[in-house]
Amino acid sequence: MPSHLALDADAILADPGVRIVVCCGAGGVGKTTTAAACALRAAEEHGRRTVVLTIDPARRLAQSLGLTELDNQPRLVKTDGDGGGELHAMMLDMKRTFDEVVEAHTDPQRAQEIFANPFYQAMSATFSGTQEYMAMEKLGQLRATGHAGLEWDLIVVDTPPSRSALDFLDAPARLARFLDGRMLRLLLAPARAGGRSMFQFMTASFGMFSKAVQRVLGAQLLRDLSGFVEALDSMFGGFRQRAERTYQVLQDEQTAFLLVAAPEADAIREARYFAKRLVEERMPLSGLVLNRVHHTAVPDLPAADSQAAADRIAAAHPEAAAALRVHATLVQQVVREQRMSARFTRAFPAVPYLEVPAQPTDVHDLDGLRAIGAALRPAPAPA
Amino acid sequence: MQTTSGPVHPGWPARLHVVTGKGGTGKTTVAAALALALAAGGHRTLLVEVEGRQGIAQLFGTDPLPYQERRIAETGDGGQVLALAVDPEQALLEYLDRFYKLGAAGRVLRRLGAIDFATTIAPGMRDVLLTGKIKEATTRTEAGRRVYRAVVLDAPPAGRIGRFLNVTAETARLAKVGPIKTQSEGVAALLRSPMTQVHLVTLLEEMPVQETVDTLAELGELRLPIGRIIVNAAQPPLLAAGPTRSALRAGLAAAGLPAGREVVAGLHAEAREHLAREQRQARLREELAELGHPIVELPLLAGGADRAGLGTLAAALG
Repeated sequence: MPSHLALDADAILADPGVRIVVCCGAGGVGKTTTAAACALRAAEEHGRRTVVLTIDPARRLAQSLGLTELDNQPRLVKTDGDGGGELHAMMLDMKRTFDEVVEAHTDPQRAQEIFANPFYQAMSATFSGTQEYMAMEKLGQLRATGHAGLEWDLIVVDTPPSRSALDFLDAPARLARFLDGRMLRLLLAPARAGGRSMFQFMTASFGMFSKAVQRVLGAQLLRDLSGFVEALDSMFGGFRQRAERTYQVLQDEQTAFLLVAAPEADAIREARYFAKRLVEERMPLSGLVLNRVHHTAVPDLPAADSQAAADRIAAAHPEAAAALRVHATLVQQVVREQRMSARFTRAFPAVPYLEVPAQPTDVHDLDGLRAIGAALRPAPAPA
Repeated sequence: MQTTSGPVHPGWPARLHVVTGKGGTGKTTVAAALALALAAGGHRTLLVEVEGRQGIAQLFGTDPLPYQERRIAETGDGGQVLALAVDPEQALLEYLDRFYKLGAAGRVLRRLGAIDFATTIAPGMRDVLLTGKIKEATTRTEAGRRVYRAVVLDAPPAGRIGRFLNVTAETARLAKVGPIKTQSEGVAALLRSPMTQVHLVTLLEEMPVQETVDTLAELGELRLPIGRIIVNAAQPPLLAAGPTRSALRAGLAAAGLPAGREVVAGLHAEAREHLAREQRQARLREELAELGHPIVELPLLAGGADRAGLGTLAAALG
């Protein structure tokens, strides 16, 4: 795609002004691998003290980063490079992060009450937005606390494989809205409700309403929920403020969003959707990293010609015919992938774009990550 | 329209087919192809999605699906595929209406944000509603006959499928009595009966295969009935061994193609890389076979998943 703006992801990783890199995109496109490769490159090639926050990495990739247990703490990864850089890696522990937030916001006794509540236990472990919220919460913590008394030069965040692209941006606000929720307080304790007009509106239908809630949810569930909200009461406000602060950090020019995709229909569709959202929300979208792009070593031999030639010589030269069929299949794939990537570049001509070649094997060691890191620079323009 | 109350397809005996797999393996495409395959012969099937992605509409190139069963495709022989995007909010309102006649109160609930709360915040609740609607469609009859020969669910990805299908466990923690518990137990009974099968879509690549192995173990522990492993985008082996450079040179000359050093080296490298991949794929095939579940392979669609491509996949499945 020579006419399109080239993305120099390597320059972003080298830029001391960039402190946070967020890798986002659909599931299954190599997002975690891209995040790890970015972080390793920043540490080894650009001498930066880097931490990568991964969400649910594949087991072997996690092992290659020395992540054998989920302990919610950055761990130093043994790397090469003598430029003074360091790579630390961590896996998000959603529940523990949530517990930490609770502990930070309330006294120990209240915290224990909250931890014992079945509603809290369920929500901290399973609510679909919790992972997104906690990833952002952890990002905020990493940024605020640094490591060994020093700030991180660069924090690279992987994002959860959401139900949809929306969740990553919306879930924190949604969860905060709930925890902050006026609706819940009205529901559980109408007598204490603030906001007179809201209360008046409710009295008309409240009998029917609360009966319906009781019938559907059951009294025991409501009791637990009530206890949960009571216990969280002291923390209301805190969650929303934090979600808003994190949102602002994401919009800051110190942050760079790398949208990750693969040249497949679903992934491109998600990438377009994501790009639209990021642009609308004024998030600093640096560009698209297109993973797993195939190339042919013989670009001048089209698929149809190669296939026809294979058919002609199949009997006399079976080995060469098979190689020509392989070539034809590869070229078809290259053409298909170009069509896919054009769907993105045509829709977002102003978003820079970078292709990372398909790797011969799955990436699950540091050398594999280095190979990807080296591909984060655009290829030099042909003379 | 033929009767839909007859026996189910011999190769796909379940009524409810849950199609899952790692993200990016093409499970929406496979689910759609399965719905087409099971509609062949003049039957009616329902293709369902639950994550608000509108993947079905995009696949068939139609407007976003409403919360309503709509015809989305036909087979050449009078079969029909209907599609439904289950929306948890709508499902809750429908549920309230059916069981509690809560027309006006339902609207009040919505205005107060209670619906938003129940469907997005209350853990497990959302999944009970979604699976509850699927159960309703699977078991629905009209005049004593099944409305659908089969229901195919484009399910959440493998990483979330266990939790999604294990509805009782999630709600039991919260609702120890009451209608939600009853509802979730009904769903759980269907999901663990021979009426249901969970199929796993994978590619012949390391990470999807690993995830297939892990997911099968999880589904087994949850006692959910496992159907088939569906290998998507499989390619037939092209090479028995890597060709030598001289064989390539001779073949290119015989075909009347340029046989310069660069062309020969390029084709040689492509063949070697391809051979390595075929060998890796052969190992992954063995690994899948050892799992002991029936496997079906679907061809890579050179032209993409258009209607003709879906027909090709449906034929391979049926």
